[in-house]
Amino acid sequence: MTKTDMMVKELVDKYGSKRESLLPILQGVYDLEHFVSDEAMVSIARNLDLSSADVYGKSTFYSFLDTIPRGKFVIRVCKTIVCDMHDKNQIVDTLENILKIKVGETTLNRKFSLLYTNCLGWCHKGPAMLINDDVYTDLTPETIREIITDYKNRE
Amino acid sequence: MESIKNIISVKINGIDVSIEKGTTILEAARKINVRIPTLCHHEDLCVAGNCRVCVVEVEGAKNLTASCAAPCEQNMVIKTNTPKVRSARKDLIALLVSEHNTQCTTCYRSTNCELQALASEYNVDNNTYLSVLKPGIQVDRSSWSIEKDDSKCVRCQRCVRTCAELQHVNAITVAHKGKDMKISTFMDLPMNEVVCVNCGQCIIHCPTGALTERRYFDDIWEAIGDEKKHVVINTAPSVRVAIGEMLGYAPGAHVTGKMVAALKKIGFDSVLDTNYTADLTIVEEGTELLGRLKSKIKDEDDSVALPMITSCSPGWVKFIEHMYPEHLAHLSTCKSPQQMFGALAKTYYAEKIGVKPENIVSVAAMPCAAKKFEANRPEMKSSGYQDIDAGLTTREIGHMIKQAGIDFSEISDSDFDSIMGDSTGAAIIFGATGGVMEAALRTAYELITGRDVPFDRLNIEPVRGLEGIKHAAVKLENCLEAYSFLEGVELRVAVAHGLKNARVIMDQIKDGTSPYHFIEIMACPGGCIGGGGQPIPTNDKVRMERIKAIYEDDADCKLRKSHENPEIKQIYDEFLKDGPLGHKSHKLLHTHYTKRNRY
Amino acid sequence: MQERLKRLDVILGIHPESPYQVMEKALKRAPKDIISDLIDSGLKGRGGAGFLTGLKWKFAAAADGDEKFVVCNADEGEPGTFKDREILTLVPKKVLAGMGICAYVIGARKGYIYLRGEYKYLVPHLEREIAEFHKNCFKLELDFNIEIFLGSGAYVCGEETALLNSMEGFRGEPRNKPPFPTNDGYLGKPTVVNNVETLVSAQVVSRIGVEEFKKLGIQDSHGSKLFSVSGDTPRPGIYDLEFGLSLDEFVREFGDGDTKAVQVGGASGFCVPRKKFQSTTIGFPGGLTGDSLPTGGSMMIFNSSRSMYNVLRNYLDFFEEESCGQCTPCRIGCQQLKVGIEAVKRGDKDPEYLQQLLKLTDTMKITAKCGLGQSVANSFSSIVDNFREEMIY
Repeated sequence: MTKTDMMVKELVDKYGSKRESLLPILQGVYDLEHFVSDEAMVSIARNLDLSSADVYGKSTFYSFLDTIPRGKFVIRVCKTIVCDMHDKNQIVDTLENILKIKVGETTLNRKFSLLYTNCLGWCHKGPAMLINDDVYTDLTPETIREIITDYKNRE
Repeated sequence: MESIKNIISVKINGIDVSIEKGTTILEAARKINVRIPTLCHHEDLCVAGNCRVCVVEVEGAKNLTASCAAPCEQNMVIKTNTPKVRSARKDLIALLVSEHNTQCTTCYRSTNCELQALASEYNVDNNTYLSVLKPGIQVDRSSWSIEKDDSKCVRCQRCVRTCAELQHVNAITVAHKGKDMKISTFMDLPMNEVVCVNCGQCIIHCPTGALTERRYFDDIWEAIGDEKKHVVINTAPSVRVAIGEMLGYAPGAHVTGKMVAALKKIGFDSVLDTNYTADLTIVEEGTELLGRLKSKIKDEDDSVALPMITSCSPGWVKFIEHMYPEHLAHLSTCKSPQQMFGALAKTYYAEKIGVKPENIVSVAAMPCAAKKFEANRPEMKSSGYQDIDAGLTTREIGHMIKQAGIDFSEISDSDFDSIMGDSTGAAIIFGATGGVMEAALRTAYELITGRDVPFDRLNIEPVRGLEGIKHAAVKLENCLEAYSFLEGVELRVAVAHGLKNARVIMDQIKDGTSPYHFIEIMACPGGCIGGGGQPIPTNDKVRMERIKAIYEDDADCKLRKSHENPEIKQIYDEFLKDGPLGHKSHKLLHTHYTKRNRY
Repeated sequence: MQERLKRLDVILGIHPESPYQVMEKALKRAPKDIISDLIDSGLKGRGGAGFLTGLKWKFAAAADGDEKFVVCNADEGEPGTFKDREILTLVPKKVLAGMGICAYVIGARKGYIYLRGEYKYLVPHLEREIAEFHKNCFKLELDFNIEIFLGSGAYVCGEETALLNSMEGFRGEPRNKPPFPTNDGYLGKPTVVNNVETLVSAQVVSRIGVEEFKKLGIQDSHGSKLFSVSGDTPRPGIYDLEFGLSLDEFVREFGDGDTKAVQVGGASGFCVPRKKFQSTTIGFPGGLTGDSLPTGGSMMIFNSSRSMYNVLRNYLDFFEEESCGQCTPCRIGCQQLKVGIEAVKRGDKDPEYLQQLLKLTDTMKITAKCGLGQSVANSFSSIVDNFREEMIY
């Protein structure tokens, strides 16, 4: 059994092998690996008696279930209207400068990925972003620097 | 009483219609010959309701209603052709056109494309909207059988539903969302790297040119033009009952003689019959079955795999290789008629006509997309050359006849050439689901008992028709001495067509609950007459017409049992020598299978 | 009129009677009485579509099924909306009590909260609340169990049938209706899918009674409503206001003095220009003079520094990505609207092309498969109609 198969098996044991378990299992894989690999999709397909294409079709439907590798910390900056009005561009510029990557890219050390996302539901406190599951609001270039420094120091 | 309670009435365009509860608006309209245009709808598939071109006005509803998805309700007042409806439909078609690669002039499906027909019918202006066709779409030509061109896809998802519902293969899926939504394989891999079984059902369900068979007729034209080459074609039974549809005839028209004549006119050096090797298949496969029964029943050898399953359908063969690789022993080792033909064309036939095998180009006219892949399997070289150089679909043959400038309606009938041109009614019925089983029973029963199979006029009705899984049982009594071990045995058989039904059969085998001795499986619904290489449209109505023609041809034959084919007797005498399953036939007519990955 | 803007705190406030006491009281009544109260109260779904909640419960209660489900729709994704997150953060007990009452009424033993992936950080907090809720159910002998089901970033899953597909492991694509979820919902069983705030409001009806509830709001729009206020405002946040306020009053209260337009109902709602503030009322369409706009509660305010072209382009970016993509008008329509206004702005298309695009919005509204597809073009038509010059120059 490969490492991926063991991981998927644990998730299947936890959530069950019915079709309804598909999304929780995909999320579980994403949490552990920061993307859903082809290997993981095949393993899920086998466990849930689905075709791998089927699993791929479901995974790609969701913005948060990337099928290409992402960094350990996935930064998703809200680009929807109110955050956009509140200078989201400045936030993105700052992040691009600090991380030395463009939106859509991952740092060489695989620590950070920088992505756009749609409305996060923090319009009254924009600009806002997610780093993995944690929300950061009322962002300014200064707070961005502090936040990223903090994450850089995390293992 | 129950049925009366379930009848409701609606008004469509002012006409009262009574229908059963649960009938969709689209179906109700068809009942009174009101045609509503559709794209995502297909009789074979579940309702999708996503193209929206079938919208109609329902009195009292604010929005238009998708007639394919909406059930009629009592006293509904429906209008299918109002300015509002027409304008919305035209807009929707214009949108689809704006997302489409509109180079219709060079499209293989031109004049047989549902989007093109609708755009023309509604006089849609290509410039209504800006083009939002994604730039840089590459055509996937990785598969021997199927070409996938996303630039012509209308996202109706018929192919995805076909692959899932009819075939239980799920090689293709809907991936991504919004503007990026597309029909994709796993990880968007090339078609030849995924579990696609090449059945081509997606092709005959595609409304446009997004999915087509890979065409090989240009290579064949080249070979025909090359004087050094002897080009021989064998035509499958289901091609002759469908080729007419490509050339202006109604489904089920009997045009065998015209087809043969046209192929000769095209320049094939010899036009032969796949039926010949269908008969040969029956003799080989029947012997194989009796051998397995003997080992199991008489010798009590439990290592013998029963039920035995037919192996003529290359879509089915690849399916079992992917999905049930641990059960390949159940497959008959017989090659399909196409591949038997190929192996003999470059050996027996070459010898007979005195042509060097390397100068023979062996072509097969098939109802099938998977035959292309089958011809290119590495193991299919038992003649020492590639046994079949190209498998063409019925559609490709239709194109070739048109390209040759032949007036099909005017041409006079011609007969198949010899040798390998003789056939029996048992071979013709290979084209319909249940046909291989019926042919096998006609021969096997006679071998075992010395008598005709006990069905009226040899017609084994229980295995005929479009039911997904069919069963029959024949009690074996008064067996000949050699088969006394079968005395009193009830031979149980099943027939499945469409891979969804194959899965039911295979799951029984997997669970050890299969009650059968012998099973016929065809990948395509309806059998070969509904194959992925057949004229479009193919639906149950068309399937039934083609099947009808097949059985009419069988009934007209003097010889209706494979073992009675004189050329079959001849080949065992002159060439194969040591009988069915003998040394030579083992080498040329039998094959082995490959375990494949399910994912 | 001014007093309509008073904060009511019906939804977010703390009351002497706890949510679980309200539930206890409800559980002593006959389900059919609770349903008729709900219908009488006129409570309409707070997700934006505005279907009568009482009817939904009634249908699900009447439907045959060995198993039934209550699903709380917390897939709040409409741009400019953040009230459900606030409710789940501040008063989750009210939501759970609403689900409990619904379960009792329709006969469900299992409930789900479909929580959008963006709110995943709320899971530990909600799980604690759910555990406490289960204890209360046990005490009240209500056989009902709630689980959280997380989304993963797909706006369209807020549409109830898309949400059910997503839960079942299919792509989050809306289904054909009929059948409706009340008959054929999660796993084919009768299911009530209610927005977070709707469940709270259903609980409010049980707490204060039909009469008190109907005193709030106007005509066809009863009760209070949470508004998510954002954009060019000195006071962004959540406000618990009464239905029926005019946009003029609203802007006086929340605008920055330079308000040019208000987007009511999020990106799929309507953009109202200054000249129509007075004649526009917030509520479900009824017999009012002027326009009455339904809303999931999103109020985005734009001042005169904003380019409405940029605003519209941002919306269209959102929709062409977040459309599920299955139906023609929504998938291609959104792309056409976007490339269309860009072409007009660049001068590649004549301004008359905007008329063609407006005609397209009509087609989208009447032919799209789901409620979202039917409403995505609202912002386009209202912005292009009212700010045509900004689209061209």
